[in-house]
Amino acid sequence: MEWFYKFPHMDDDALRNLKKAIDEGFRAFTRAYGDTIESMFSPLQSFLLAADRFMTQTPWPIITAIILTIAWFASRSVKIVLSCLITLLLIGYFDMWTDTMRTVAMIFVCTVLSIAVGLPIGILMARSNGVKRVVNPILDVMQTMPSFVYLIPVVMLLGIGRVPGLIAVVIYAIPPMIRLTDLGIRLVDKDVLEAADAFGTSETQKLFKVQLPLALPTIMAGINQTIMMALAMVVVASMIGVQGLGQPVLKAIANQYFTLGMFNGLAIVGIAIIFDRVSQAYGKRLQKHREIVHG
Amino acid sequence: MAEQGLGGIAVRNLYKIFGADPAAYVDAVRNGLTKTELNDAHGHVLGLRDINLDIKSGCIQVIMGLSGSGKSTLIRHINRLIDPTAGEVLVDGVDVVKMNKDELRNFRRHQTAMVFQKFALLPHRSVLDNTVFGLEVQGIGRSKAIDVAMRWLERVGLKGFEHRYPNQLSGGMQQRVGLARALSNDAPVLLMDEAYSALDPLIRMDMQSVLLDIQNEIKKTIVFITHDLDEALRLGDQIAILRDGEVIQQGTSQDIVLRPADQYVANFVKEVNRGRVVQVEAIMAPLRSRTGGEQPTIPANVTIEEAIRALVSAPDGDVTVVDPSGKPVGTVSFRLLAGAMVNSREVEHRSFDAPAIVA
Repeated sequence: MEWFYKFPHMDDDALRNLKKAIDEGFRAFTRAYGDTIESMFSPLQSFLLAADRFMTQTPWPIITAIILTIAWFASRSVKIVLSCLITLLLIGYFDMWTDTMRTVAMIFVCTVLSIAVGLPIGILMARSNGVKRVVNPILDVMQTMPSFVYLIPVVMLLGIGRVPGLIAVVIYAIPPMIRLTDLGIRLVDKDVLEAADAFGTSETQKLFKVQLPLALPTIMAGINQTIMMALAMVVVASMIGVQGLGQPVLKAIANQYFTLGMFNGLAIVGIAIIFDRVSQAYGKRLQKHREIVHG
Repeated sequence: MAEQGLGGIAVRNLYKIFGADPAAYVDAVRNGLTKTELNDAHGHVLGLRDINLDIKSGCIQVIMGLSGSGKSTLIRHINRLIDPTAGEVLVDGVDVVKMNKDELRNFRRHQTAMVFQKFALLPHRSVLDNTVFGLEVQGIGRSKAIDVAMRWLERVGLKGFEHRYPNQLSGGMQQRVGLARALSNDAPVLLMDEAYSALDPLIRMDMQSVLLDIQNEIKKTIVFITHDLDEALRLGDQIAILRDGEVIQQGTSQDIVLRPADQYVANFVKEVNRGRVVQVEAIMAPLRSRTGGEQPTIPANVTIEEAIRALVSAPDGDVTVVDPSGKPVGTVSFRLLAGAMVNSREVEHRSFDAPAIVA
């Protein structure tokens, strides 16, 4: 009756050997291809470095002006621009400017990468149920797998540094981008699609003139989610060497520096709110012509 | 353009069955399997059965039917938004069903334009950008496309609204945009799928006038779908009535009103304002031998309503009906006209008894 009280599991030796085999296989793979893969990511590295350098080396008034200008054009709201200004001034006054800029640079690159990879995958998913069936479970894994788990192979392959950190963040943050692109395109009004067909649009014309523009508000919601999730990963990414607001937080955890952790944590919250409000306001402005004014 | 002498549209033995394996049941349907049997026994829905239509170039063909009659399915076969299960759709002699992807795309870009019941405008584009859509798809340069679009926007009465967005317009105005978008394509075939069904009655009348006005100029081949008999009678040079996927009657508005093919059509026709449809020719009494030349005359092809309007100011007595060459062909009286208006039995009999005059 032992099997009844204790789950009959794989033989201990066999299990150990299996784990060992997988580990060794992956280690061999890393040794063989690690450098190649690393060099494949070198453009990403330069992009990241350039963004980082730009954000940290440009004098702060110019950066502030740029951020406020973007906020204005995206939201056309004085209130949002003013709150951006106050948040940035507070962050600077409490001496977290450089770290914040590093994080912003990181989030920026991460968002660009997520859009560049996520948008085409989302489009493919919307066009084919087959692709959707394959991609969906992968996204489920990406979203639910604890991020520390996939940090292991990433670090084994690429070592410690910005690029592996970036990849870890992207893996975590890209699913909403893909899912909402797919959803946005699938939700496009069938009547409008039929009209596009009736006028003889090619597939490309239909995609760029009808589907993507009409899906854009939903896609914007995806970008917003991606940014938020990327920010949530900042502290985890700092464990593998990503600089920015995450590192002081990590230090605070290790040494129980309450105030240090609090300040940097609040700075992350501050920029999260800036990003969120600005991108949501932009998404809303995109919807301006969709609401029914006349009954 | 229409002047290039489009050969019109011909639909031949068209069948459409919806379901998992439609081709398997075509023969059974050809041999008389009914819609209900097909649905009950095989779970397939019969959309269209043996449709044959000849639409002459430059005419307005109305296809009328209630919801579920297959009329919207039928119009979508003309530009093959729906593929038929069997049959041919010849537009200008070319079978649309046999076109490959590229041919079909070109055909849709240049030969047809379509107006939709729910307008189907692009909400993110201004009125002007919506109107140039078809031309943009054809690859025509922006400035030329805008010229064309502006001309049609003005023609449908939307000058000054070109930078508005669809959601800022009323339904009637949105459909004007839909019409301008279709007309800008300058395609010989214009497909209108319940284009006015979503509009208020007054605006609908207004849009019908706009269409008739424009049609006088452009002479396109228009296929117009409606569930409204009054609209059908007002617009259609030819009307086809569809029921359960079958054409049950084809003809001019007079044919439909005076000689309904069955009880179903007769029920429809009962409520129609006959005065606006039936022409004097159809109800006049035979010429009496002693008609004098002094009597007032009236052309044979005016409607009863117009004849009454003319007779109100004329002296009492019979009026002579003359054909286009001025030759007397019959007489009408006020009483006869009024009787025809209110659909009295006697008049119906008379028109049935004398079919020759309604050639």
